[in-house]
Amino acid sequence: MTRTRSSRKAAPPAAPQPAAGEPLQLLTPGGEVTDPARLPDPETQRRLYRLMRRARHFDERAWVLYRTGRMGVFPPYGGMEASQVGTAAALTHDDWLFPTYRDTGAALTYGLPIPQTIAYWRTSPHGWAMPENLKILPFYIPIATQYPHAVGAALAEARRGTPNVAMAFIGDGGSSEGDFHEALNFAGALNAPCVFILQNNGWAISVPTRAQTRAQDLSRRADGYGIPGVRVDGNDVLATYVVTREAVERARRGEGPTLIETVTYRVKPHTVADDPSRYRSADDTAGWDEKDPVRRLQAFLLAQGHLTEAEDAALIREVEAEFEAALAEADAYPEPTPAEIVDHVFAEPTPALRRQRAELLAEEGQ
Amino acid sequence: MTAPATPPATALRTMTMVAAINDALALALERDPDVYIFGEDVGVMGGVFRATDGLQARFGAGRVFDTPLAEAGIVGMGIGMGLAGLKPVAEIQFAGFLYPALDQILSHLGRYRHRTRSRYHLPMVVRAPYGGGVHTPEQHADSPEAVLAHTPGVKVVIPSTPRDAKGLLLAAIEDPDPVFFLEAIKLYRSVKEEVPEGHYTVPLGQARRVTEGDDVTVVTYGGMVEISQKAAEAARAHGIGVEVIDLRTLVPLDLATILASVEKTGRVIVVTEAPRTGGFHSEISATIAEEAIEFLRAPIVRVTGFDAPYPPFTSIEDAYRPNPVRVARAIRKVMAY
Repeated sequence: MTRTRSSRKAAPPAAPQPAAGEPLQLLTPGGEVTDPARLPDPETQRRLYRLMRRARHFDERAWVLYRTGRMGVFPPYGGMEASQVGTAAALTHDDWLFPTYRDTGAALTYGLPIPQTIAYWRTSPHGWAMPENLKILPFYIPIATQYPHAVGAALAEARRGTPNVAMAFIGDGGSSEGDFHEALNFAGALNAPCVFILQNNGWAISVPTRAQTRAQDLSRRADGYGIPGVRVDGNDVLATYVVTREAVERARRGEGPTLIETVTYRVKPHTVADDPSRYRSADDTAGWDEKDPVRRLQAFLLAQGHLTEAEDAALIREVEAEFEAALAEADAYPEPTPAEIVDHVFAEPTPALRRQRAELLAEEGQ
Repeated sequence: MTAPATPPATALRTMTMVAAINDALALALERDPDVYIFGEDVGVMGGVFRATDGLQARFGAGRVFDTPLAEAGIVGMGIGMGLAGLKPVAEIQFAGFLYPALDQILSHLGRYRHRTRSRYHLPMVVRAPYGGGVHTPEQHADSPEAVLAHTPGVKVVIPSTPRDAKGLLLAAIEDPDPVFFLEAIKLYRSVKEEVPEGHYTVPLGQARRVTEGDDVTVVTYGGMVEISQKAAEAARAHGIGVEVIDLRTLVPLDLATILASVEKTGRVIVVTEAPRTGGFHSEISATIAEEAIEFLRAPIVRVTGFDAPYPPFTSIEDAYRPNPVRVARAIRKVMAY
């Protein structure tokens, strides 16, 4: 027993394991372009910049609104915009999006209207009623369980002969869940047109990735399922966009699923109610501010002359005005009634639900 | 649910329950291009009980296909197919193998209509053989229907005859919401009856009065219907009229038929082969106590399995499952009041 204990205290032996591959980067934090031939055109670059600004503004306003009691508990994603925007921007509204609670930026990019997104984080039923013209599901709270759903939706599209794909998000922690692995295996075996986005942001609440798994390169989880795995700088939106677009096109051509690991960092707490000082120090987060994805692209666009200072200022004003208008719209949503608790369970309520609905309404004095 | 509730006048064919299920699946595939069947060994092999026999050859490997061996993946993928507008019919090889998929079932299957405010719904069926009585290996004889019935947003159907199995399965596949369809392994081949050819449905939520009687009501379903029926026949020889009610579906529950019988007899026995504590028999008992206690002349008696795992020990396993003798004893007990 003593020997077991002491060996546990020792550092783990240096077992041979593959080193992490260098993430693909097109634009370095210093503003250098590594591979000009792969850069998206300037119009796309400007579009991605605007989408990141929108995402960042929502994240910043959500904090303020939470502190003033106008928003529920919110999981921030500030600093991860390139990981969410570059990926979701490769989809059309005929494609499916299965976001986790961390992925408001991806949902906004895909096209979820801002008023409805606000309603969701205010826990109003309006936030769950997804628009008819979109194929997005409400944010998933359980970890990884939506992954098989994405496989099924993708398989349905393929069996019907459409070119549509399904994209599902997960984190480094989520990639420990069984459903993640089953989904990758199913997608590979059944050739489902899926794009799996694994956002490696370093933390699963308080557990760092190194404690989550011995694997150093999470994109290589794809190897176990015979599907391509790609590792990309999750703070370089030009790289995340290009890599995702390639994966989407492969899936549309019937060439099956891809796993994309976006290497990024959760600069913010787990939620607005979390205190990260309990589990990480300033040293842990050092260096990530310089890698900020929004400022990186902004500096590049300005330097290249794809954006002027005046255009940038106008763009930011437009994004702010769009949010305030959306907030006013969300404020105007009617309050839900208790009947909404028992409605929408079945197409035809069962006799038991009809009785319970009557009980509920009687108790609520309605 | 526009199909007639009663079978149209068509030719009849004598079938086992598994043949009736196969017939229903073939009809569903034939009538609706959105119906897909998948699971472990359902393709070339036709399922371990042959419920999908010949379907892949007839409808192709695109619509009837084998999946990797992972139940959470099977149910979870089916959910995604349902979201995209297909009508997935998944087979789980045994109900006792359903447990890896419980997260998908409890967290998602019954919630989609609710969490999307009816933007999405899941017209999905999960079929699984359940129950004991045929000396299966360990883990192959479970009766987890109470877990499923306790899950909001899913329906639970358990047929007891070939004719019902076909009509209920077609109704389940045509239902816009998720349905569990549990098939008593003991009944797959032990009973034959004349089953109408062609399409018909038996509506979900309508119980069937198997025998009529004025003295005792026996509420049961699935593999316990024939057991209860035998006990009822024995009791009739002693001048006791037993009304056996086959629920057919636990969700929706046909409470009206149960209460009408209880109001007549005043004595109730509930028979299932599931463990005692927290079983669906308890839900039925509690509901009768709430709704009809003034009609009761005796305590409600449950005849069930035990709060122990279903035993894999062949020589003694029959003592776990309720039999006609145990039901008859319960009948004598309630008649003593």
